[in-house]
Amino acid sequence: MAEAFLTSADAPTEVPLKRRLKRAERARQFKALALVLPCLLFLLFTFLGPIAGMLWRSVDDWEVGRVLPHTVAALADWDGKDVPDEKAFAALADDIQAARASGTAAIASKRLNYALNGFRTILASTARNLKSAPEAGTAKETLGKINPAWRERATWAAIKGASGPMTSFYLLAALDLTRNVDGAIVAAAPDQAIYRDVFARTFAISFGVSVLCLILGFPVAYLLAALPPGRSNLLMIFVLLPFWTSLLVRTCAWIVLLQKEGVVNDCLRWLGIVDEPLRLVYNRFGVVVAMTHVLLPFMILPLYSSMKAISPAYMRAAASLGASPVTAFLRIYLPQTLPGIGAGCLLVFILALGYYITPALVGGAADQMISYFIANYTTETANWGLASALGTLLLLATLLLAVVYGKLVHGQQVTGGMKN
Amino acid sequence: MPKLKIALGFAATFTAGIALATATQARDLTVVSWGGAYQDAQKKVYFEPFKKAAGSPMNDESWDGGIGVLRAKVQGGAATWDVVQVESDELAVGCEEGLFEKIEYSKIGGEAAYLPPAVDPCGIGAIVYDFVLGYDKDKLKEAPTSWADFFDTRKYPGKRSLRQGPKTTLEIALIADGIAPKDVYKVLATDEGIERAFKKLDTIKTDIVWWKAGAQPPQLLASGEVAMTSVYNGRIDAANKSEKKNFGMVWNGALYTIDSWVILKGSPNKDAAYKFLDFVGKAENQAKLSETIAYGTSNKDAAAHLQPAVLKDLPTAPDNIKNAVEINVAFWLENIDRLTERFNKWAAK
Repeated sequence: MAEAFLTSADAPTEVPLKRRLKRAERARQFKALALVLPCLLFLLFTFLGPIAGMLWRSVDDWEVGRVLPHTVAALADWDGKDVPDEKAFAALADDIQAARASGTAAIASKRLNYALNGFRTILASTARNLKSAPEAGTAKETLGKINPAWRERATWAAIKGASGPMTSFYLLAALDLTRNVDGAIVAAAPDQAIYRDVFARTFAISFGVSVLCLILGFPVAYLLAALPPGRSNLLMIFVLLPFWTSLLVRTCAWIVLLQKEGVVNDCLRWLGIVDEPLRLVYNRFGVVVAMTHVLLPFMILPLYSSMKAISPAYMRAAASLGASPVTAFLRIYLPQTLPGIGAGCLLVFILALGYYITPALVGGAADQMISYFIANYTTETANWGLASALGTLLLLATLLLAVVYGKLVHGQQVTGGMKN
Repeated sequence: MPKLKIALGFAATFTAGIALATATQARDLTVVSWGGAYQDAQKKVYFEPFKKAAGSPMNDESWDGGIGVLRAKVQGGAATWDVVQVESDELAVGCEEGLFEKIEYSKIGGEAAYLPPAVDPCGIGAIVYDFVLGYDKDKLKEAPTSWADFFDTRKYPGKRSLRQGPKTTLEIALIADGIAPKDVYKVLATDEGIERAFKKLDTIKTDIVWWKAGAQPPQLLASGEVAMTSVYNGRIDAANKSEKKNFGMVWNGALYTIDSWVILKGSPNKDAAYKFLDFVGKAENQAKLSETIAYGTSNKDAAAHLQPAVLKDLPTAPDNIKNAVEINVAFWLENIDRLTERFNKWAAK
């Protein structure tokens, strides 16, 4: 009875309170959302939007469909076994004349030239020589006379392959693959298959630089963490000064140091170690040295912060329990720096993957990383499809690595690196 | 809830406001060129005098080329550039893609006032310049005379420098291999020709340092890193004049090309742009540019205003152009992607 009384008395007040609380909570959430909204919008416009654009461009294939619409329609039910019939030729003649009038022929010929080298000339010569629409039934003959390439199956297969609206052409090309006349995926011609090697090179250089940064950075970070604050602050400035200096300046400084008549070679010759100057720059050695130097602070800083958090008492405790300094270091100190090592390596590795200016300046033609090719296709030859496809693959590979790394580091953190 | 709406409204108004402000802002004529010593010269003889003569303000900016940049400017709307100096391949592609206004020659003195190769429906020639063989006279005892000497590492020991990529590199290799400059593109159009060029490059492959920016070759020569290099003729001239270097160049087998002025499609300052192009197209003004930096110009009468001492160092001087070849834009448009891949495959071997 008492219970029923309580419920009936409280019921009218309790529900609105809950609702009021909820409402207040929701209002707070909205306010918080409104506060982060500028940041979210910024990310959307400058980060997610462009990445989505890049992903889309790597499969987008609008050019031929827009410029040669009738040809694409006529080829829709072509079986690809023989040269298509009169209907397709007539449609092509119409399209070429329309494209010539509107000045859009170049858009299609650029895309078709990727699929079949020389297509630019085929289309241009046809557009120039096709004075008027061929009479009904003679389109095949007329076009074949203007350019014998129209009698080839490969020419038509190229148009069909590029008819859109989406294509795997660029992504395949970025993996050194292509489609043959029959539409089957085959390896690209050996003198055009470069991207697998370039990706391997990019990952190898980045990996090497990360390892070097770790080897060089670990003792420095240890020293910084172990010294009394006054001296460690002074040393920290030596780490941070180059960090604050422009990347371009640091890269050019390495050219001055490493070149044939540079400081390093002069010293080596003066000491009598070498007679002929060594080739230290414009090759892989120069790239690795300069990149390691540029990226070293990104390794030292996370290492330093993880080492700073390790209490010296642990090492003293290990020693008091009879561990030798080496054992204490390996079993007590090192495992506690693992998060720092992981963060530093990941940071350096991912930054190194996208390096462009340093390899461009201190590397040779065989040391260019994937970003060089992306930049080249973006600004020089305006092959945005291939540039996007290379970017997409780089993005995927990086994400994959980040996930693998996350799993690895997470697993180690659970046990703290120590045996349970 | 209302607060969120207000916040959202704020954000929307703010974004739209920025977009509107950038789109509708009236701006002065903006001319874009290649920076460095070259743009300094242009500033002195073109931009500043034009401002005074026309009595209207103008801005100048610099860029590093690339059709992608122009495409983004024009297709993105609200382009911030009006007149741009472009290389010949950008001129051809941009014209095909409709990125440039068609030039009305009646507004800039008529087609007849200019040298025929400088006249294009989409752009008017600004300068003629060459890729030449450059060397340091203080370091080489005997002056090289041709690209064949460039490949002769026994007679001229030391590294060489070429521009990274297939363009100009393959032409130079073929000329060095004995092909007459005028036949270079005929040979290069065949697979055997490309094979031959790479085979010739193989002979000095380990001695090549690749340069990417125009400022690098003079620096490589000055530091003694390389004995010879391919280089823009104006850079050699500038290094000799301003840094008191003793560099020499070989015009034999030089590769020349023309940079042109274009007006970007949809420019709101078209009248001012034509006034500017008319001003920089005048023979007496172009002559002043050649005096400042050793590039040839497009007006037929410009040479008449110049001293013989200046004339003999220009790419357009009869002796210099005699055995030179114009870089073939059509060939490179069709083949650049394929040959870039081929070149990188070769370089990585």
